[in-house]
Amino acid sequence: MQRIGVFICHCGTNIAATVNVEKVTEALRKEPCVVFADNYQYMCSENGQQLIKNKIKEYNLTGIVVCACSPRMHEGTFRKTAEAAGLNPYMVEIANIREQCSWIHKDIDEATEKAVILGRTAIAKLTLNTPLTAGETGVTKRALVIGGGIAGIQCALDIADAGYEVDIVEKRPTIGGRMSQLDKTFPTLDCSACILTPKMVDCAQSEKIKLFTYSEVEEVKGFVGNFKVKIKKKARYVDETKCTGCGVCMANCPSKKGLNAFNMNLNTRPAIYIPFAQAIPNVAVIDPEQCIKLKTGKCGLCQMKCGVGAIDYTQKDEYVDREYGAIVVATGFKPIDLTNFNEYGYADNKDVITSLELERLMNAAGPTKGVLLRPSDNEHPKVITFIQCVGSRDVSGCGKPYCSKICCMYTAKHAMLIREKYPDTEVHVFYIDVRTPGKNYDEFYRRAVEQYGVDYIKGMVGKVYNENGKLMVQGSNLLDNTQVVIPSDLVVLATAIEPDPSVRDIASKLTISIDTNNFLTEAHAKLKPVECATAGVFLAGVCQGPKDVPETVSQASAAASKVIGLLAKDKLKGNPCVAHSDEMMCTGCSQCARVCPYGAITYEDKTFGRGANATVRRVAVVNPAVCQGCGACTVTCPSGAMDLHGFSSSQILKEIDFICKK
Amino acid sequence: MENFDIEYIKEISRTDVRKCMKCGKCSGRCPAFNDMDIKPHQFVTLLGQGKFDVLLKSKAIFSCLSCMACVERCPRGVAPANVIEAVRDTVERMQNGNAIKAEDIPPIVDDLIPQQLLVSAYRKYRK
Repeated sequence: MQRIGVFICHCGTNIAATVNVEKVTEALRKEPCVVFADNYQYMCSENGQQLIKNKIKEYNLTGIVVCACSPRMHEGTFRKTAEAAGLNPYMVEIANIREQCSWIHKDIDEATEKAVILGRTAIAKLTLNTPLTAGETGVTKRALVIGGGIAGIQCALDIADAGYEVDIVEKRPTIGGRMSQLDKTFPTLDCSACILTPKMVDCAQSEKIKLFTYSEVEEVKGFVGNFKVKIKKKARYVDETKCTGCGVCMANCPSKKGLNAFNMNLNTRPAIYIPFAQAIPNVAVIDPEQCIKLKTGKCGLCQMKCGVGAIDYTQKDEYVDREYGAIVVATGFKPIDLTNFNEYGYADNKDVITSLELERLMNAAGPTKGVLLRPSDNEHPKVITFIQCVGSRDVSGCGKPYCSKICCMYTAKHAMLIREKYPDTEVHVFYIDVRTPGKNYDEFYRRAVEQYGVDYIKGMVGKVYNENGKLMVQGSNLLDNTQVVIPSDLVVLATAIEPDPSVRDIASKLTISIDTNNFLTEAHAKLKPVECATAGVFLAGVCQGPKDVPETVSQASAAASKVIGLLAKDKLKGNPCVAHSDEMMCTGCSQCARVCPYGAITYEDKTFGRGANATVRRVAVVNPAVCQGCGACTVTCPSGAMDLHGFSSSQILKEIDFICKK
Repeated sequence: MENFDIEYIKEISRTDVRKCMKCGKCSGRCPAFNDMDIKPHQFVTLLGQGKFDVLLKSKAIFSCLSCMACVERCPRGVAPANVIEAVRDTVERMQNGNAIKAEDIPPIVDDLIPQQLLVSAYRKYRK
């Protein structure tokens, strides 16, 4: 027989103004097993907690019910209080008589009656509670960062700075990501490479950071503190330890017609290449689809010319097994595909380009060596028209419903840079709204208008067509209610961004939920912006939502601090309210494993009985360190074998009985 | 007899003008723009503002080609051509009711032709 104490909180007037706490105290005192009941103004206060501690000792209580606010608020507080008085923390039940009672009722009698029902329900559940002990697991003191863009780089540097090992897995041959493709960065217009490449070099030189470039995450097993990851290192056909990045191979390669993805396919590169001059690692890679030797067996020029013997045509994909305590996802973005937007003529006109293509055309290391020449005839464009919101804020199904957030600023940047460098150029910008919240952001945009004379036109473009070699941009000018046609030499589309497609695969491997736009879902939109519902997995950069470089860097550092906080622990305390399977009842049907969102359930063959009576059966086993106690398996299990500690089916049924009892 | 008012136009246009984000892409695309006294985007705005009389006086309802380009291009799923058609219908119905009966429409009509196009064509080109 349990000895239960009931503590009813007034929460100032929050509860006491709508619930007659004296009546509730009287009523609950009469419940079975209750040996003590009292009320107090603020149960969570120092004095309130002391009252609970004293009564636990005085009445030798085996469990307590606190009728107060939501358990999300103070369950942890009261569990600690109970523990300090020598009670098992899981012998504490909370009856939520604030959010679920006093706040939503006006009538005192009604609210009081409901508070009594909620209280007695909690008491009924508590009579079936058993003391639970949280298990402990160790922590592998190493982190994995998936994605080597600015988010991954910053995150890795911060984690390394705290003294922990960190691996970066990057699918491309070099780290640097999208930021390495940018020419200048807003709002200060500093050169992107100048601020990014030192960080890339820091990554390469850090003793704590290991780079897996041209690699992908193949498989993830385990749980917070103990992830086991298989990394696939794709064959480079170049020995990373020997290659010096001298570039002789590139100069001698006869297959020069590969599209240069780094330059947004605006020019070509040889089959053996280094993506760009400051690539980290500065090591060549062979494109097997393009290499004559790998395709036909004849050539081998690069091998002959390589002074250090780094070329190895026989290289195969390699697999590396690594263990981690925490994982950060920073898989970044790509501009959307424009096939749905034929009104802008992107596919038909070489001089209709995306903003990221313009970045490469303006960059000194780009296909035009930084001279702005239009792709069709390498002439200087004299009239340039920008179109914003191409594919953003589009709910018609062609584009993306969200605002891509970065386009207003980069378009202002492009317009400004062009007017600065080529003052004889006429620049028009079609916009729906100019959205420039951020430190020095609106000032930046206004500078484009006021100082650089960029012509901003409020309205959207309806079509772009070619007439006598000019790109005719037809759109609205809503402010003077006219339809304008601007004969242009170059049209730049501020293309919406979307998460890199690799994110779907990563999300399923890590059991992270993904929203309708393929952005990864954080644990809480406001208060847990870098955490995931899956413990030990964190988010940084555009994979979580559109953001610019400064915001990405902030989020990456935030994710790093969460990782450091996790890796600093020697042991992780688990949640004891997890599922467990009764192997005598389990039929091994696999339904629980199928619904488990965390991959916590496995099956093993177990021998039951002895000697001649021994039988082998397949039964479910729950890994308590992975289980988050969601209960999906318990309601799915057809044989009733699966149950949840702290929230057993019998406890829940008893709660229902007491709610329904007259 | 129908009650002809702004709600009537809203109902028969079957489009939610609150979805409009005032980008002007409809008017940016419209091939009949210069012949219209009220522009496609203004039809949407005026309907939202409840300017029944202004809408009814529009000459543009007879310039709209029902080419549906504005509907096709709208990023927000608003249908300006439907609003224009609804105003046109309302004007017609207030004068002499429906000018064409459903049974007059040939029984075999290509499914791909927007129904609105057919209806508006009958209205505009009848003698």
